[in-house]
Amino acid sequence: MVKKLLVLLILAVLVLAGCGQAKKETGIKVAMVTDVGGVNDQSFNQSAWEGLQRAEKELGVTVNYVESKQDADYKPNMETLLDAKNDLILGIGFKMGEALSESAANNPEQKYAGIDCFFDAPTPNLVGILFKEQEPSFLVGYIAGKMTKTNKVGFVGGMDFFVIHKFHYGFMAGVKYANPECEILVQYADSFTDAAKGKAIANQMYKNGADIVYHAAGGVGDGVIEAAKEQNKYAIGVDRDQNDLAPDNVITSAMKRVDNAIFNLTQTLVNGQFPGGSNVVYGLKEGGVDIAPSSSKHVPAEILEEVEKIKAQIIAGEIIPPTNAEEFKNFK
Amino acid sequence: MLDSIALILGTTLMYSTPLIFASLGGVISENSGVVNIGLEGMMVIGAFMGATVGYYSGNPWLGFLSGGLAGGVFGFLHAVACVTFSADQIVSGIAINFLGPGLALFLSRIFFSGATMTKAIDLNNKMPRPLANLFPRDSFGYYFLGNRYATVYLAFIAVFIVWFILYKTSLGLRIRAVGEHPAAADTLGVNVKNIRYWTTTFSGVFAGFGGAAMSLAIVSNFRPTLISGHGFIALAAMIFGKWKPHGAMMACLLFGGAQGITVFLGQFDLNIPTQLFAMLPYVLTLVILVAFVGRSAAPAADGIPYEKENKI
Repeated sequence: MVKKLLVLLILAVLVLAGCGQAKKETGIKVAMVTDVGGVNDQSFNQSAWEGLQRAEKELGVTVNYVESKQDADYKPNMETLLDAKNDLILGIGFKMGEALSESAANNPEQKYAGIDCFFDAPTPNLVGILFKEQEPSFLVGYIAGKMTKTNKVGFVGGMDFFVIHKFHYGFMAGVKYANPECEILVQYADSFTDAAKGKAIANQMYKNGADIVYHAAGGVGDGVIEAAKEQNKYAIGVDRDQNDLAPDNVITSAMKRVDNAIFNLTQTLVNGQFPGGSNVVYGLKEGGVDIAPSSSKHVPAEILEEVEKIKAQIIAGEIIPPTNAEEFKNFK
Repeated sequence: MLDSIALILGTTLMYSTPLIFASLGGVISENSGVVNIGLEGMMVIGAFMGATVGYYSGNPWLGFLSGGLAGGVFGFLHAVACVTFSADQIVSGIAINFLGPGLALFLSRIFFSGATMTKAIDLNNKMPRPLANLFPRDSFGYYFLGNRYATVYLAFIAVFIVWFILYKTSLGLRIRAVGEHPAAADTLGVNVKNIRYWTTTFSGVFAGFGGAAMSLAIVSNFRPTLISGHGFIALAAMIFGKWKPHGAMMACLLFGGAQGITVFLGQFDLNIPTQLFAMLPYVLTLVILVAFVGRSAAPAADGIPYEKENKI
């Protein structure tokens, strides 16, 4: 009993202390459901949570998260957050799509959003958040085209379908934009998990004369980066800053800034401009994608300056990186 | 062209190494009559332990041994369930396949401040490449053998050791007797439970080695998707190899070779869907084994718990 009272007392003090701060409270509650990676996955989920924490600090919303231990947890977790009366429930990762659209249809009063989810016909309370992966791919392609000494670079894709094509053709266009003479080796692993295959493909590319390989292949990419490490060549990471995997070999990474996207979305909610019923695409303009901050370690400053200029051109709509083979053919 | 052949051979060795370790694990336990479909789970925990201990100790051998040990603990659990309690061996194996990834994830979060991936091991602290300095860079020998890690050679040594024990020692004869007819072995004074405990535990050790070979040599970190189906491919290789260590090794090499060819063909713009290529290793392995290997039969008492009172 004494213990309980003590806890209550501490809580009360904390709450009062919280009130003491000059922070505007909006009373808006936002919560997210992580996928199986968990909130500290050093990738999407973590980035999403950082975005929410920033929203808490700067926008005065109350934030929370629930972790999914397995795919079957997505729906129950959304129910939990629904019962907790959140204003917006976020699902992190494309696997969440089905659970989100079903929950949104069943609870028309509740707002939902899904990171990396595309919804065919979103209900007015549902938002899909996508990224222009072709834009950072174009930028890292430009860096690769400028930095290659052999005039050959490589791209390893996970599976051959439209999502990965955005990385693939954005990268190719960037390389060609920087260095029209440069040859690009492309190979798909048909897997997002088979690291050994990624390593074998990258080894083959390096043997064939490529000196920089970019991957968009999840776990397969671990093998690609490992091959770069072994052969002392360069690799380019994806989704997050992958420099930690091989500090001497990963020269840059094409990043998705999930944190910025989530912060932006929360802002729209606070401002009463929630883009319900649509799919929102975040690009360089919105701060939704970028290249890794660690790029300055390996990429010469003058190339990074050029990259900044290209960023401005992409934002201004002067360069439109292609997303598929057709657009690539017509590029420029 | 010569370099490409070397690379295909090198890829074959790289690919098959973890599979060979794991399939040896299957061979050992099933020859004594304990089915082990938990190889996958044992590989996962082995891969995780290998990467974690390898990272923190900076010593790949310590990591490799820890991987084997972690697999061995799982093997022991399997033995407790299957030998002492005569549980259904398939059910216990499935439980281990759930337990492995679950525990790996749980421990990963403890050891790596909440992350589900372990931190990458520095190239100098990975398994050594014993023949790296024997061949000049970009030579046939380099692509074939120079760039291969110690685990590759260890796998072949392990095949020889297991073969030797199973077919050239009295212990091996006892193990096989226990797998074929435990009652007969029992009447001749062979301690069936004891043998099955040891073989099942060692089965886990080998599967753990296989996982660690993945996380300490092929890549240098563990992530939950690192082992995805390898244990089951190893299991299939063991069956195709007729429950014999050298047979399982050949099946693993065949699978690895098919992967090497797939990667080799994938570099050309052949206008064939890449998905078809991705099927090649599986189809090729199936066709060759069905066409040339023929019927394979498990040890007679494989999968049947042994209890003294049972009349067989």
